Amino acid sequence: MSVLVFVEGLSGEIKKSSLEAATYGSRVAQQLGTSATAVAIGEVHEDALAKLGEQGISKVLYDGDSRLNQFVANAYVKVIASAAAQEGAKVLVFSNSNIGAAIGAKLAVRLNGSLATNVTTLPNMEGGSFVVTRGVFSGKAFADVALTADLKIIAIKKNSIDITAGSGTAAVESFSADLADADFAGAPKETVMQETDGVLLPEASIVVSGGRGMKGPENWHLIEDLARVLGAATACSKPVSDMDWRPHHEHVGQTGITVSPDLYIAIGISGAIQHLAGVNSSKVIAVINKDPEAPFFKAADYGIVGDAFEVVPKLIEAAKALDK
Amino acid sequence: MKILVCISNVPDTTAKINFTADNKAFDKNGVQFVINPWDEYALARAIELKEAKGGTVTVLNVGEADTEPNIRKALAIGADDAIRVNAFPKDSFFVAQQIAAVAKENQYDIILMGKESIDYNGSQVHSMVGELLGIPSVVPAFKLDLVDDSTARLEREIEGGKEIVEVKLPFVASAQQPMSEPRIPNMRGIMTARTKPLKAVEPVAADVKADYVGYSKPEKKSGVKMIAPENAGELITLLRNEAKVL
Ligand SMILES: Cc1cc2nc3c(=O)[nH]c(=O)nc-3n(C[C@H](O)[C@H](O)[C@H](O)COP(=O)(O)OP(=O)(O)OC[C@H]3O[C@@H](n4cnc5c(N)ncnc54)[C@H](O)[C@@H]3O)c2cc1C
Repeated sequence: MSVLVFVEGLSGEIKKSSLEAATYGSRVAQQLGTSATAVAIGEVHEDALAKLGEQGISKVLYDGDSRLNQFVANAYVKVIASAAAQEGAKVLVFSNSNIGAAIGAKLAVRLNGSLATNVTTLPNMEGGSFVVTRGVFSGKAFADVALTADLKIIAIKKNSIDITAGSGTAAVESFSADLADADFAGAPKETVMQETDGVLLPEASIVVSGGRGMKGPENWHLIEDLARVLGAATACSKPVSDMDWRPHHEHVGQTGITVSPDLYIAIGISGAIQHLAGVNSSKVIAVINKDPEAPFFKAADYGIVGDAFEVVPKLIEAAKALDK
Repeated sequence: MKILVCISNVPDTTAKINFTADNKAFDKNGVQFVINPWDEYALARAIELKEAKGGTVTVLNVGEADTEPNIRKALAIGADDAIRVNAFPKDSFFVAQQIAAVAKENQYDIILMGKESIDYNGSQVHSMVGELLGIPSVVPAFKLDLVDDSTARLEREIEGGKEIVEVKLPFVASAQQPMSEPRIPNMRGIMTARTKPLKAVEPVAADVKADYVGYSKPEKKSGVKMIAPENAGELITLLRNEAKVL
């Protein structure tokens, strides 16, 4: 009865969301009185893998097959399924990333498991049950789900668990699932990463977001400067991306990306319900809007009624003055 | 080209969400239901492809009879016919099995659906359907074009970038912005929708593996702390010292 965590790499390092998955997996292993193993695929530095010991992972199975440097659902699923078989895993843990949710669903079918995505809590195992809580209704509610199959597959919502920063080193073992060329059908022809000098939006702990109140793309340096001093990612509301002031991948909300950072700063955004749906599980929300009636203030922890063009430069100054 | 678009019937985006007194079930009272917004992108793209290349668009919903107004809406938007699998959609695995059963019987070239439903936010059904049918699933995709009669070119989102994928038909894809511009039914569409075939079929036997046992709502925020615009910098201090998020 072991716990297997799938960790994703990015430029050789482990993604923050995967460190969360590793922490979660180790805690579930503790609950079950067993150990947690991680499986990693593709281009990840060996020392980054060994450091997963800090999150409580005791062993890492590493498949460095270079064909796996890009995501190919079938091949990834095969590697994880065979790692799960080797480890006798009863619980599989992923981050609820685009990759995690997709392979979780495939593994649930292939291995006849129960799957819950968007999970925000550790399992409740009272009386032999296995119940997790997951976000539903676009952040407006939570549901408790009993996973009834022998194999439980859990994709945890980003930023819903604090990463353990313990000590320890995981033993890294190389692993191979004997992949055939056919497993790579559907491999991407090309991968294009965004040019970013900052933080990736889906992984960010702090997000600075601008709406139509910013008046035009020529004013976005204010959003970017504030983000830079705070070490934040930038985001925007839907009309902003619809008007091409900002790229679509920055649009948060019901029809955009869902984010749940520690801090979401909304500047010149009204706080329409569709926008809130993508950001309302942020831990702390700060709102800057010149309209005191803007609905966003109802969802906010901190608010400033004021003109963004006067307020944001002051925020940038104050943030620069912080000793980081 | 035969395209299947799966639509889910969800509470309107602006609906207040409530549960029954025992918190064991969603309370539909007074809630308006709509086509899942993400599914509208899938539907609009399917109709565009049909207009460009010919073929048919079938919409499929797993749901009880009360979902038919939204199925009719999809027909009014431009789908040719519709299938309703007459069952309450208990969990994603159950829904995926129903979709796969219909797909097996009718041999679609492309199966499209939204990236996730705005009620259960699972992002699971599409990949499960791909796996059940043994065909590729490209998720979440924001661009879909046909290269020729047997190959499609898609762009899918990955954290921090995008991937360009070419797949042979048949395949499953889930749609997200900006795959297309969702359409609004016009009068002619609404009139013709009434005469288009909408077939109800019984579900196949299928497992449910996730049992929804209870619901809750997030704790209410304790209220917003306002800061005077002249002292805007104080926000940063509060975020560090009080909220401890900087
Ligand atoms: C099905 C559906 C899905 C949708 N999905 C999304 C989604 O995913 N994400 C999303 O964001 N929206 C979504 N929307 C749109 C949403 O309803 C709103 O229209 C949108 O969020 C508004 O964006 P905004 O707040 O930037 O612009 P506006 O509504 O124009 O608000 C601008 C705000 O800026 C303030 N302002 C103006 N000037 C200044 C200034 N100088 N300083 C400070 N404040 C200023 C104004 O007071 C106002 O509150 C969706 C809508 C529908 C129907």
